[in-house]
Amino acid sequence: MEQEIVKVKNKKGVRVIPGFGLLMGVTLTMLSCLVLIPLASIFLSVGRLNAREFFEIVTSRQIVSGYMVSIFCALGAALINALFGMMLAWVLVRYDFPGKRLMDGLIELPFALPTAVAGISLTYLYSDQGWIGSFFDKLGVKIAYTRGGIVIAMVFVGIPFVVRAVQPVLEKLDRQYEEAAMMLGAGKCYTFFSVILPEVFPALLAGFGLAFARGIGEYGSVVFIAGNIPYKTQIAPLLIMSKLEQYKYADAAAIALVLLVFSFILMLVINSVQIYAQRFSKG
Amino acid sequence: MTVKANNNYEQDMVGDGLHSLQKVIESHREEEKSVWKYILIGVCVLFLTVMLVIPLAVVIINALKDGWTAYKEAVVDRYTLKALQLTLVVTVLTVLVNTIFGVCASVLLSKFYFWGRQILAALIDIPFSVSPVIAGLLFILTFGNKGWMGGFLQQHNIKIVFAAPGIVLATMFVTFPFVFRELFPVMNAQGKDEEEAAALMRAGGFMIFRKITFPHIKWALLYGIILCTARAMGEFGAVSVVSGHLRGKTNTLPLHVEILYNEFHSTEAFAVSSILVILAVALLILRSFVEWKRK
Repeated sequence: MEQEIVKVKNKKGVRVIPGFGLLMGVTLTMLSCLVLIPLASIFLSVGRLNAREFFEIVTSRQIVSGYMVSIFCALGAALINALFGMMLAWVLVRYDFPGKRLMDGLIELPFALPTAVAGISLTYLYSDQGWIGSFFDKLGVKIAYTRGGIVIAMVFVGIPFVVRAVQPVLEKLDRQYEEAAMMLGAGKCYTFFSVILPEVFPALLAGFGLAFARGIGEYGSVVFIAGNIPYKTQIAPLLIMSKLEQYKYADAAAIALVLLVFSFILMLVINSVQIYAQRFSKG
Repeated sequence: MTVKANNNYEQDMVGDGLHSLQKVIESHREEEKSVWKYILIGVCVLFLTVMLVIPLAVVIINALKDGWTAYKEAVVDRYTLKALQLTLVVTVLTVLVNTIFGVCASVLLSKFYFWGRQILAALIDIPFSVSPVIAGLLFILTFGNKGWMGGFLQQHNIKIVFAAPGIVLATMFVTFPFVFRELFPVMNAQGKDEEEAAALMRAGGFMIFRKITFPHIKWALLYGIILCTARAMGEFGAVSVVSGHLRGKTNTLPLHVEILYNEFHSTEAFAVSSILVILAVALLILRSFVEWKRK
């Protein structure tokens, strides 16, 4: 994730390439108009509430359960994605088999497929009449309209993040270390966990973090399969939506602010762990 | 027999010991690998089939469930065509603006050195970690009738929220960093020596970009544009907040799918979805082609 930025300034600090002012102007103007100013209005709206009102909204039972559902389902989905993402990346990098290119292209499908389409399709598939849902229904397990359904939708949207994060690192990995480990008598599992995994870990963590963040914020694919039962399968973005429908803009802003702060802290923690792990593995 | 075999082994060890040892290890590894290989490939294929292929098949099969005429009727419906039109307009505008931004920002951040570059790069990435619903909310809080610009807009009779401009803005927000994220690493790895040389030979800024920077980044740019198009076309959460769901006016295709589905017109919903599926698959094929060209 963290790009090493090449120093681009000559010794005297004179800029040779023209156009600095123009580019800076365009970039800052667009960034402010489209991202920073809208982002500031959330603070303005929350600022209209006093501290007590804010805490009352944010700690009400329904809202807290919304946060919990979003966070824990996203965590579960991100863990599943980390496992299968690692496996997919491994298979795509290390093995040759017919249909490999197709598989590689397919990974990106959740990026390209609109979330609403994924949502209705997964709901149909996992409801009691659907192909997969009816099978589980016979076993007494319900998937659609439960938290399990939410996790499945979040797994769907998160797959590409882990695979695309791990794949390039695995490709660059020098195989002589694992060969050395094997020669010295380490088993397959031991080699994987103590030689390969530490190298791939920062990338895996980055992918996990992105999938986690995406899951917390996900709305389109989850809202159909969740069924939106209060205190059970209501996700936080849905609560923001329902506050908006009641024209309670300040409440919606308060819920959103907590969610935003949570995602920023998450990204910050993951970035720092990643930088630390990179230093650690470099020695 | 056994003695002879043993003898052979000993001879081998003496003659070319290292070589045979390597052979023994290698053949052992190959064998073990192939078992693992098929298990892992099998699990991956199963996972992708259940998670990705079957949901895709469900859309197509359900769309054609009531036959070809019903499908055609749902697709050429007046509201569907209006929604398709709006989706295309929104996508084109979004991709245009984000491409201009992506190119400017990545040239700025990779070819110039100034204080606060890291901060600027981090700010550009913000939309990645913002939920689409919150993205929509931001524009309602800014331009809605209770927002701080709401009064001004109402006085001048400009509608942004619950109208097409709001949809465009929300989509732009969500896809804002896409082109930049693809271009920046490529340009950064390129460095700026060639550009500097050209500048010292008195080439103008636009000339440098056209002749030197652009040829290096054209495939990455195309790749970013494809990703941005795919995401802009299918954006649902953000658009759903700002659109107000006015049929035939502020309905994009994904929103139209939602309305049809909630009204229990599931075949129509899947038929409209299939348009989006076809567009998505076309973009994926294009993406693979670009990736192949890049290599």
